[in-house]
Amino acid sequence: MRIIKSLLSPLLALLVGLGLGLCVTTLSGESPIVVLKALVGGAFGSAYDFSMTLFYFGPLVFSGLAVAIPFRAGLFNIGAEGQLQIGAFSMTWFALTFPELPFPLSILLGTGFGALCGALWGGVAGAIRAYRQGHEVIVTIMMNFLASALTAYLTLGFFRNPENQNTETAVIANSYLLAPWESAQGAPVSNALFLALAAAVVMHLFLKYTRWGYQIRALGENPIASEEMGFDTKKLMLFSFLIAGALAALIGVVEVYGNAHRFRLGFSADFGFMGIPVALLARGRPLLIPLSALLFAGLHTGASHLDLETEKLTREVSLVFQATVILAVSAEGFWSSRKRKVLLELKKTEGGSV
Amino acid sequence: MTIEAAGTVSLWIAFFASTLRVSTPLLLAGMGGLLSERSGITHIALEGAMLIGGFSAAVFAHEWNSAWWGLGAGFIFGCLFGAAYALFAVYLKTNQIVTGTALNFFALGITPVLCKIFYDVTLATPSLALEQRLPALALGLGWIILILVHFCLKHLHWGLWLRFAGERPAALSANGISVSKVRFASVTVGSGLAGLGGALLAVCLSSGFTRGMTAGRGFMALAALILGRWKPIPTALACLLFGAADALQIRLQGVELSWFEGKVFSIPIQWVQALPYLITIAVLAIGLGRARAPSALGKSE
Repeated sequence: MRIIKSLLSPLLALLVGLGLGLCVTTLSGESPIVVLKALVGGAFGSAYDFSMTLFYFGPLVFSGLAVAIPFRAGLFNIGAEGQLQIGAFSMTWFALTFPELPFPLSILLGTGFGALCGALWGGVAGAIRAYRQGHEVIVTIMMNFLASALTAYLTLGFFRNPENQNTETAVIANSYLLAPWESAQGAPVSNALFLALAAAVVMHLFLKYTRWGYQIRALGENPIASEEMGFDTKKLMLFSFLIAGALAALIGVVEVYGNAHRFRLGFSADFGFMGIPVALLARGRPLLIPLSALLFAGLHTGASHLDLETEKLTREVSLVFQATVILAVSAEGFWSSRKRKVLLELKKTEGGSV
Repeated sequence: MTIEAAGTVSLWIAFFASTLRVSTPLLLAGMGGLLSERSGITHIALEGAMLIGGFSAAVFAHEWNSAWWGLGAGFIFGCLFGAAYALFAVYLKTNQIVTGTALNFFALGITPVLCKIFYDVTLATPSLALEQRLPALALGLGWIILILVHFCLKHLHWGLWLRFAGERPAALSANGISVSKVRFASVTVGSGLAGLGGALLAVCLSSGFTRGMTAGRGFMALAALILGRWKPIPTALACLLFGAADALQIRLQGVELSWFEGKVFSIPIQWVQALPYLITIAVLAIGLGRARAPSALGKSE
């Protein structure tokens, strides 16, 4: 019962946020009902649409987790976009360099390598924040630009696809491919989806039952007490970003091994940034992230239909919705903490003490 | 002076002029951020303010056929954007980074959406004719504002209130001055200045608004602010540094350099484009971090 009650408030905030977003879309002159129908229909309407939603779902779970873990430590990872580029590229490099490896060793090692590289990329931001107090928001945003530049340089300079003129690498060997589901009717959903769900469960267990997980949560809730308790807060900050980078890199599994089978410039539909509202709506709780990711995946797929179904609206509306949802959810946080303070005051006076 | 020397001098002058030009939007965003952060409110949404300012400037310059109206619109809409941010950050006391990030998303999303509604394309507003743009001299506005900010902060009582709001808000409210009102005003005006920076980017340095044209400048302005220890003149110097990197990357694209023994190669374009971002990270990695931030910065009290 309590779980349902605690979900009610953020749910209300979500509805308010979606409502606000719809209000903004009315600026285009379209009726909100039309927009809503286009969004929902686009997300779940046909087998193909639903499969596309599921396809976006995987990366968004990883992305949400990548933002959520540092968030629980009190830090902001805006760098998931860069981390996933590095992860995707390194996985592709691994696949191109070792094409003879048999399945499943190929995918396992390739994924591991990609996760490692992503972790290191995230670790730079974590280290600068931990040891130099450089604000991780600025560092991660800069690292995003750098990741774009670096992967573009490496792809175009050394690993370009010899078969065509596209800005991409060569296609990877068959042992590295994840086949799409047949029922998906062409949408590239693959078993990588289960990896995403598994990651959410693993992160939940990590945060709840391991010592590091506990310390990360403590750091986020009360940094001063954590210092007093003697936790190595610097290591914790770094560690949370290492994990985040690895998680973001796993988006590469879905994309490179499950979809494009190569590294393409600009393949990411801003998955890294979408992880932010996903994580915030789920309040950084790994088990809620799949739900949140499903919502935003649906929103994203639905928004791409707006191009077709309306005259004046385009898929960037998705960004507006993400913004209004974040704002509504964070404002809700204010109300609920206000409510808690008022209730606490009432309790005090009723209790008769001081 | 030999011809080669004269050529080199004119090259340097051109480079310096380019640096000044390119730094000005950054400078305005930096000043805007300074006003906000010195009063105690972290301003992650400078990027969004620049986008909103640039977009409204391009639209108004086009519709009302005058770049000055565009600048004014850029400032006003930047202020409105800032007021929204201030509402959340100052009065609702929500997490400033979360709210700022949300507003950045909002700006990134609403500008192409509005562009499509007005002009049927999402990529850019219609190109501004020469008379709808501003001459480069208009960039002097940014530097005048730098002097104004420096002067106001130091010598006017508003400046004192602003600085107190960031360092000792309790002392300010003990004197009967509403800390919230001071912060609200500084965030609003600060965002307006950032919007002005975006406006100059659109109607002076370019001929219209292009989607995402700020390319991280709002964040570089924050880095400049940190590097400049939240003081106007050092921040301006930091902006010049980043502007120089930007100007350098424009100059160096595709240029061939010859090093020893006449070997010639050209710097890959991505390295050159990454230069401003690399410098920002290097600055933060060296550790010119938050050592001397305003005491009340980011605290929601």
